[in-house]
Amino acid sequence: MSEEKYVPKSKLAQWFDSRLPLLTLSHHLKGYPTPKNLNYWWTFGGILTFCLIIQIVTGVVLGMHYVAHTDHAFESIEHIMRDVNYGWLIRYVHANGASMFFLAVYIHIFRGLFYGSYKAPRELIWIIGVIIYLLMMATAFMGYVLPWGQMSFWGATVITNLFSAIPFVGESITTWLWGGYSIDNPTLNRFYSLHYLLPFLIFGLIILHIWALHIPGNNNPVGIDVKKNSNETMPFHPYMVMKDITALIVFTIIFLWFVFFAPNVLGHPDNYIEANPLVTPSHIVPEWYLLPFYAILRAIPSKLGGVIFMFASIFILMILPWLDTSKVRSSVFRPIYRKFFWVLVVTVILLGYLGAKPPEGIYLILARIATAYYFIHFLVLLPLLGRYEKTDPLPMSISDPVLNKPGIMDKFKKAAAEYEGDDVTSFK
Amino acid sequence: MLLLLNRIILVVFISLFSFSTSSEEVKSEFIKTKWSFEGIFGTFDRASLQRGYQVYQEVCSGCHSVQHLSYRNLSEKGGPEFSTEEAKAIAAQFEVEDGPNSDGEMFMRPGRLSDKFVKPYPNVEASTAANGGAYPPDMSVLAKARAGGADYIYSLLLGYEETPTGFELDDGVYYNKYMPGNKIKMSAPLSDGLVEYTDGTQATTKQMAKDVTNFLVWASEPHLESQHRMGFKAIIYLIILLTLVYMSKQKVWSRLGLKKEPEEETFDKVERAVTEYEGEDPKTFK
Repeated sequence: MSEEKYVPKSKLAQWFDSRLPLLTLSHHLKGYPTPKNLNYWWTFGGILTFCLIIQIVTGVVLGMHYVAHTDHAFESIEHIMRDVNYGWLIRYVHANGASMFFLAVYIHIFRGLFYGSYKAPRELIWIIGVIIYLLMMATAFMGYVLPWGQMSFWGATVITNLFSAIPFVGESITTWLWGGYSIDNPTLNRFYSLHYLLPFLIFGLIILHIWALHIPGNNNPVGIDVKKNSNETMPFHPYMVMKDITALIVFTIIFLWFVFFAPNVLGHPDNYIEANPLVTPSHIVPEWYLLPFYAILRAIPSKLGGVIFMFASIFILMILPWLDTSKVRSSVFRPIYRKFFWVLVVTVILLGYLGAKPPEGIYLILARIATAYYFIHFLVLLPLLGRYEKTDPLPMSISDPVLNKPGIMDKFKKAAAEYEGDDVTSFK
Repeated sequence: MLLLLNRIILVVFISLFSFSTSSEEVKSEFIKTKWSFEGIFGTFDRASLQRGYQVYQEVCSGCHSVQHLSYRNLSEKGGPEFSTEEAKAIAAQFEVEDGPNSDGEMFMRPGRLSDKFVKPYPNVEASTAANGGAYPPDMSVLAKARAGGADYIYSLLLGYEETPTGFELDDGVYYNKYMPGNKIKMSAPLSDGLVEYTDGTQATTKQMAKDVTNFLVWASEPHLESQHRMGFKAIIYLIILLTLVYMSKQKVWSRLGLKKEPEEETFDKVERAVTEYEGEDPKTFK
């Protein structure tokens, strides 16, 4: 960052800041230069931070009333819903908050994919992001176990059993995870403990995520580097702050609509039945945000293979910056990648749909095709596109009024060609 | 090639919906009812909740518990809203085990408002044993624990029919149109005139099914009314806030002097610039 050294005005502030530069930090955050062309897809970082804070605050309050014991967990949730003042509100915000958190993170991830935000020099931001996403899934999974309903219990059974597929040590690992020979009170207790711990790790990683972001600065919809502290950037405060807040309020309206008017549509009715190890639900399904991975898991005919592919589908994102070899970041200038991007979006949604269906007949066939396509997208299409795709010409700067509209250049050239004959170079 | 891929996906998607699972089971659409508690302003029908409690008490409570409800809930706002005296009287009809007393003995006493609804059986095992091996589920959150919710409960109560020929049923199992698998261990619980409503309403099977469904939805979600009220206020507040924040944002951003030009306008500008440069009549350019 090419910023002039910040010196606080008052003596006291100088004394403080020279010992602990919090004021310098706050000055940096306020003035942090952001590209002027950031659109609303760039507001989801702030929204996600908001989601995490909401989850931690409501979670801490729920933790004051929740009892992590197999005999009392389900009952204590009903106690929260009925007898704790506004307990229903806090629990519904927490439960739907998890869904909204994932909704926002999926938008955030796909925004990164569309605009090539994972490319140099932002690889580490992306990798930290993938780790955060992994931790989020672990946290959400363990949180879903805590109410000790039928889906809690059987979801936990399915997921923890995955580890038994590991050759030789699998059984021992599963026993170690359970803290016994079946899912029981020790399992519930450690899940509660970890469910409380992981969000704070996520919080730490978010700080690293933002720190790593503030070194190169934001990517932008055009995907070319902006000149820092030029007329192409604006200070984070008040410009992006105002835009973030606007988006955050829209997001909160949708969030609260779920909380107040459809608090249970995103959950499974079976989770209002207390866990019963003797009765298996007819379909065991995870929460909606894990469904694509569940579909991949079940698409592979072998258990170990399914586990490997499921984890690979996430870990493949970590090497994405090196799989996509195209030098052009934004899909706005990548006509072919742009189409494959949307095919990927459809594939992931299709996998989510198939994850909720029984793995048989047409559903299984489709899940296999979609799984194969998912990996082909990253392992085959991206490297090939990087090599052979003819990208549109990049504008000189994001503020260029003509060239920052991708279609214009082509139209312009075509018109010019008609007028001039084929030699358009004279216009440059 | 890409177009082909898109088309394949589309075809596959459409075929998904026409794909049906084959089994003997008759899956009937639940009876759709307009419930008063649905929608943004949904509230409970008090009289119906009170009658529903009566149906629960006289018909269901022999087998089904509602262990998470307390007697005080009956007089709380947003529920059946019995008066405190009525709720006290209801609670006092039940014997509750308390103790141990100073002699170390457990003893029975009349129920109080603070007590939870007395269960018909001491535990799940006892109720399973007494009901031919099928546990009558606790109904505290029943309306949330079944796909279809209120419509499911209402339909199930009215879904008893003659067993279709060829459909095999064991002893003590009944045919129900809406039960998954069509087999249910509960015999038809309601029949016309089964209870005598204190408010004089005609106790038809439909009426009772409706009242008890209302009651069970309230039992699952006793704060539903305040939830709806708060939700409406919160969202209205946020919409107003959004308007103000958006206007402030626009004002702040106007300082940047960014102007969004429509594409056409940009094009015209380029055209003009080119013409100037070339020194030609702009008309020929098009």
